[in-house]
Amino acid sequence: MSAVPRALPLRRALAGFLQYLSLVLASAVVIVPLLAVVLTSLRTGQEMAANENPLSAPGNWFNLHNYKVAFTEGKMLRALWNTSFILVFSLLATVFIGSMTAYAVDRFRFRGRRLVLALFLVAALVPSVTTQVATYQVVNELGVMNTRWAPVLLYMGTDIVSIYIFLQFIRSIPTSLDEAARIDGANSLTIYWKVILPLLRPAIATVVIVKGVAIYNDFYIPFLYMPSEELGTISTSLFRFKGPFGAHWEVVSAGAALVILPSLVVFLALQRFIYSGLTSGSSR
Amino acid sequence: MAASRTAGGGARHEKPPPAPPRRNGADRPPRRASSRRVKRGRVQRGRVQRGRVQRGRPGSGAVHGQRWYAPWPYLAIPLALLVVFTYIPVVDMVAYSFTDWDGLSPQRTYVGLDNYVDLFTRPQLFQVFAVSLFYLVGAMVQIVAALYFATLLSFNVRLRNLFKGILFFPYLINGVAIGFVFLYFFQPGGTLDSVLGIFGIGPRLWLGDPDLVNTSLASVSVWRFMGLNMVLFIGAIQSIPPELYEAAALDGAGRWGQFRHIIVPGIKPIISLSVILAVSGALSVFEIPFIMTGGSNNTETFVIQTIKLAFNFNKVGLASAAAVVLLAIVLLATWLQRLLVPDERVELS
Repeated sequence: MSAVPRALPLRRALAGFLQYLSLVLASAVVIVPLLAVVLTSLRTGQEMAANENPLSAPGNWFNLHNYKVAFTEGKMLRALWNTSFILVFSLLATVFIGSMTAYAVDRFRFRGRRLVLALFLVAALVPSVTTQVATYQVVNELGVMNTRWAPVLLYMGTDIVSIYIFLQFIRSIPTSLDEAARIDGANSLTIYWKVILPLLRPAIATVVIVKGVAIYNDFYIPFLYMPSEELGTISTSLFRFKGPFGAHWEVVSAGAALVILPSLVVFLALQRFIYSGLTSGSSR
Repeated sequence: MAASRTAGGGARHEKPPPAPPRRNGADRPPRRASSRRVKRGRVQRGRVQRGRVQRGRPGSGAVHGQRWYAPWPYLAIPLALLVVFTYIPVVDMVAYSFTDWDGLSPQRTYVGLDNYVDLFTRPQLFQVFAVSLFYLVGAMVQIVAALYFATLLSFNVRLRNLFKGILFFPYLINGVAIGFVFLYFFQPGGTLDSVLGIFGIGPRLWLGDPDLVNTSLASVSVWRFMGLNMVLFIGAIQSIPPELYEAAALDGAGRWGQFRHIIVPGIKPIISLSVILAVSGALSVFEIPFIMTGGSNNTETFVIQTIKLAFNFNKVGLASAAAVVLLAIVLLATWLQRLLVPDERVELS
């Protein structure tokens, strides 16, 4: 019994040390693969041929030649344009669709309301990855196959999580605001546009960030629905590095680093929003 | 009938009598103060019923004394998209699964359960499920690791935000970039071999050895998604009332006691949600193996097989049957989870 008070500080110090050790090791596991790619992207072709340790320092820290090759020959500018096009239209559509659904379901009481809610609830259980075989035929019949509208339609049509985020948020907007506007003579569209939508701004920010990251990173849908090379997005264009640059790891690395960089910038700028957005999206 | 109803509704809106708002104003404040947070839904429903009964009388005071068609313009497009991109594909898929359609020709013949029989007698099928097991084990490792780091980072730790940021960042990286990063990492004589060489561990064919490749790929998946799980757990842990820790500390509970008796029960819903996502995630793995190995060398997953059947071998019927089986397993797992962990937070409202 008397040994316990004396043993405790030592044990606590050891436990503290082990905690930090585990954190440092886990961080190293995350960083080392990325670091190897960044270092490799700065090497010259001769350095690669010399077959050095992938973690050794490059000869010239400012050798951006590989980035130039990756950017021009990898057609990254075109990819950026295609991805931006898809991002802008599907985000705009998602915001309107999500907020309109939430507005109708939360602010109106009507026959069939429970059915509508159930339809969205059940759809959330169906993982879209399983239904692609048949979705492919639907997209084909709509005549948008191999156009940028195919991913736009799919991103806006299958996003149920953002509807949940809007639904959750709209409940915290007091209905007395609607009623005040109604007494001033506003109709339901004006209330949606002038009262609800502006107050939903935090939810809109959340949806735009979470969904924007998902669309930027998505590979499956553009790969399946936009096989044409001119319609390459960031993901599919990078994927096509596999053939021509297969043996040139310095160029492939530069391409990967180019694609990761915007994610890093967005993360550093919007950390807080991303964390809270993901948390609110999951605890719907 | 409809016309008269709308006419009545219109009249109600055209000249709002001054009396009802005052009456509303008189009876609402106490209700607002006492019960909006807790029973808002119920209160509103009650009001609607009153509105329905008093329909026709001007200014009956429902939340939105609306015409019957008022919400539908807002719902038309969302519902149309929902039906076209979720419900029609599911129905079509089931229909295709009973035919021998190749996805192109206008004609298809009904073949009954042939596709399902074919599917369950193919040796590849079991191979595909065996591959899923690697990802399932990976997902469990991922949840345990996420739980550990989330607990650690919820207490006072120096550089907490830095560690949290580093561990979370992989989730934001493009899947194709991750594939390339790890193709390079696992290369013979690559980063992993040279790091392990420091500790005297010899090089191995991380992606070339058929017995090792799925472990390597599953660890990439853990690397990618652990941070997301961790952030979700941290969010849940932070919503546990801090008094509970103080009470536990007074009762002499150590860190482990707090973890077992406060944190785990407190975030049980999100843990069970993660487990269910792990099961459906393990079955529908696609990106990492497709990008890194293309499904060759023993790494084909269920989704890769389905995609190949449908789009490379033009066996849409068989692929649909495979997709129906996958969907059924995922729905079964979800249903089991709801059965085992009745969880009000997953439910709407």
